[in-house]
Amino acid sequence: MTDASMPSGGKAAPRKSLMIEDARTKRRNAAEKRFQAYGLAAIAVGVFFLVVLLWSILASGLGAFQQTFIETPIYLDEAKVDKKGNRNPEEMSKTTTFGYAPLIQTALWEQVQAAGIETPFTKSKEMKALLSDSAAAQVRDYVLSHPEQVGETVTFRILAASRVDGYLKGRVVREDLARDKSIDAEHLDVVDRLVDAGVIRKQFNLDFIVGADASEKRPEQAGLGVAMLGSFYMMLVVLVLALPIGVAASIYLEEFAPQNKVTDFIEVNISNLAAVPSIVFGILGLAAFIQFAHLPMSAPLVGGLVLTLMTLPTIIISTRASLKSVPPSIRDAALGVGASKMQSVFHHVLPLAMPGILTGTIIGLAQALGETAPLLLIGMVGYVATNYPDGLVSGFMAPNSAMPAQIFEWAKRADPAYYERAWGGIIVLLVFLLTMNIIAIILRRRFERRW
Amino acid sequence: MKFVKLTASTLAIASVASVAAARDNVQVAGSSTVLPYASIVAEAFGENFDFPTPVVESGGSSAGLKRFCEGVGENTIDIANASRKIKDKEVTACAEAGVTDIIEVRIGYDGIVFASQIDGPAFTAFEPADIYNALAPKIVKNGELVDNPYTKWNEFNGDLPDAEIMAFIPGTKHGTREVFEEKVLAAGCEATGALQAMLDGGMSEDDAEDACIAVRTDGRSVDIDGDYTETLASIGSNQNGIGIFGLAFYENNTDKLKVATMSGVEPATETIASGEYPVSRPLYFYIKKAHIGVVPGLKEYAEFFVSDDMAGPDGPLAEYGLVSDPELAQTQEAVADEQTMGEGM
Repeated sequence: MTDASMPSGGKAAPRKSLMIEDARTKRRNAAEKRFQAYGLAAIAVGVFFLVVLLWSILASGLGAFQQTFIETPIYLDEAKVDKKGNRNPEEMSKTTTFGYAPLIQTALWEQVQAAGIETPFTKSKEMKALLSDSAAAQVRDYVLSHPEQVGETVTFRILAASRVDGYLKGRVVREDLARDKSIDAEHLDVVDRLVDAGVIRKQFNLDFIVGADASEKRPEQAGLGVAMLGSFYMMLVVLVLALPIGVAASIYLEEFAPQNKVTDFIEVNISNLAAVPSIVFGILGLAAFIQFAHLPMSAPLVGGLVLTLMTLPTIIISTRASLKSVPPSIRDAALGVGASKMQSVFHHVLPLAMPGILTGTIIGLAQALGETAPLLLIGMVGYVATNYPDGLVSGFMAPNSAMPAQIFEWAKRADPAYYERAWGGIIVLLVFLLTMNIIAIILRRRFERRW
Repeated sequence: MKFVKLTASTLAIASVASVAAARDNVQVAGSSTVLPYASIVAEAFGENFDFPTPVVESGGSSAGLKRFCEGVGENTIDIANASRKIKDKEVTACAEAGVTDIIEVRIGYDGIVFASQIDGPAFTAFEPADIYNALAPKIVKNGELVDNPYTKWNEFNGDLPDAEIMAFIPGTKHGTREVFEEKVLAAGCEATGALQAMLDGGMSEDDAEDACIAVRTDGRSVDIDGDYTETLASIGSNQNGIGIFGLAFYENNTDKLKVATMSGVEPATETIASGEYPVSRPLYFYIKKAHIGVVPGLKEYAEFFVSDDMAGPDGPLAEYGLVSDPELAQTQEAVADEQTMGEGM
């Protein structure tokens, strides 16, 4: 009967070893190899772009974490800062920052002369190009809070101007200075000597992470801190609203709702909402929360509400998926020993679904944290993140920005120094997103049960 | 239906909370050209006064004035920045919403410059006529009005480089566009004789003026709706590109851009102040008088803005690129007296 399996007619095909591939097998194997190669190539392309992206972010942004400072002893001249001479902060506050600027310029000029640096400059006023405008405010704040120090010489660590900072970081080069109004090559010569003398130094800049936004004229002072708080309050709103609403909605839809046209309709719409572009939620928020409900513009509360709307579908979908993954036998067993439907859900199904729900929530929050588009429409972009909120209420209600909105704003500004800060802001934002994703992964790894 | 109820109650809670919160900072919105100046003033204001730092949003002159005219109350902005004068239409809209007393403050002048890539072709001198010939849909050639045939700059002016015409101009929502149309295109239209040709061709004066400020739509002129940074990026990727910038923006990016003269005058604060450089415009902000005394710090902010320390010729605004107003003293007086539009103007 062995003959029957042979091809009929003609001479029988020679039996081949399994180790030797025939043409057809060769083709199949080759096709598989090719497919694997395509896959590898796809991964390689992906990894390549990731590396390029990370490299360019780090290369352009890491500079923002360092800033150039000038250390200079400033003589707090009584005639300038306390004209009445009675050390009363209220009266001393009449001297504005414009009155303080010459003090600082003089101090630096004296330092330049003391260090024996030869310059074509003759006036202390010409030191202005090296100094950040923020220095005057810093000294003024110090004097007003320490009136007893007037008449003394106090050493301050003040910010250098953004052009000086750019020079030390290689962003500003001498060849480009010919038409730059802000600084001359002679200034840079002085900077070089002051760096040698240890007066000008590049140091880690904590203010970039915790500080407030600054105006267009002083990029060296701008920080992400206030915007970070804005993001924090927004995320608080999202968490407090989206988690309970989302979980309640999905438990009802998954466990209690009857299967009919209405629930079908709702389900389809939730899936659709998840795909709606975020800017649409911004327009909705502007119309519903600001124009109709008369909530204040630029408030993190409104931002949080808008992002809640955006995050809800994500949370509902992931919650429903994790509720679905709890095996029906658990529910049946609970019902079988006499639990009510609600008891079975809250005592058994929900705890088992919790890791999945939390993962979905964290992913949703991370998505909301990086969202800019809806915030454009509710006034959170601009020169907004300038005042630290002085309490919980003002945290929610006072105008503020958010991290991605602040990055967008910086990227728009004219001074190239802001460009570096935008990249630096991206690094901070990425660190936040990465942390949240890692937390989500840990939660899933530790608590997820497989059936 | 739990979802609906919860959302409704959230809304209710939220709106109760808003009634409780009182606003204690000045809110400003409007022109993105004025934004840098306003932010510089706001920052210094926050440092020197006991009031919180004002909030300055951008969005464009028209958007800002629209929000300004929404009404009176804590929920509306106090000041609108504008890179053009408020229109009669907007004043009427304001009045209908109850915003009747508006204080107009002119802070200074801003120059509009034509710049190109620093290593690009030598675009160093333009006349309004050149820009008109390059960008208008219809131009005069051999005494006749024809569809614009030019693809290179040197085809109509031998002094200009042999380079493809490519211009990035501000979109129509920008105040800058209006100035560009009025001071460059319309001037060029007249200078090249196109206006006369249109009128001779039987066009009414209004139609001819509108036709003068049109730009060609064959892709050689690109509207930029974003900010100057977008124009800068477009120029960066296009060697032959010419872009329109504010003077302050150019002065911050002299390492990437080179500027062209207009009618032989180099744009600089001095030439703009003297009126020699033709393409400039006044910048304004508008204050709601009803908010003075209600929103703390509003009048102080306005007075501080136009003070000599800030807006004067040696102040930080001038350093940033604002051309200070020779009639600043008059403006200071008007702000101090809270002079509204229509009174003494």
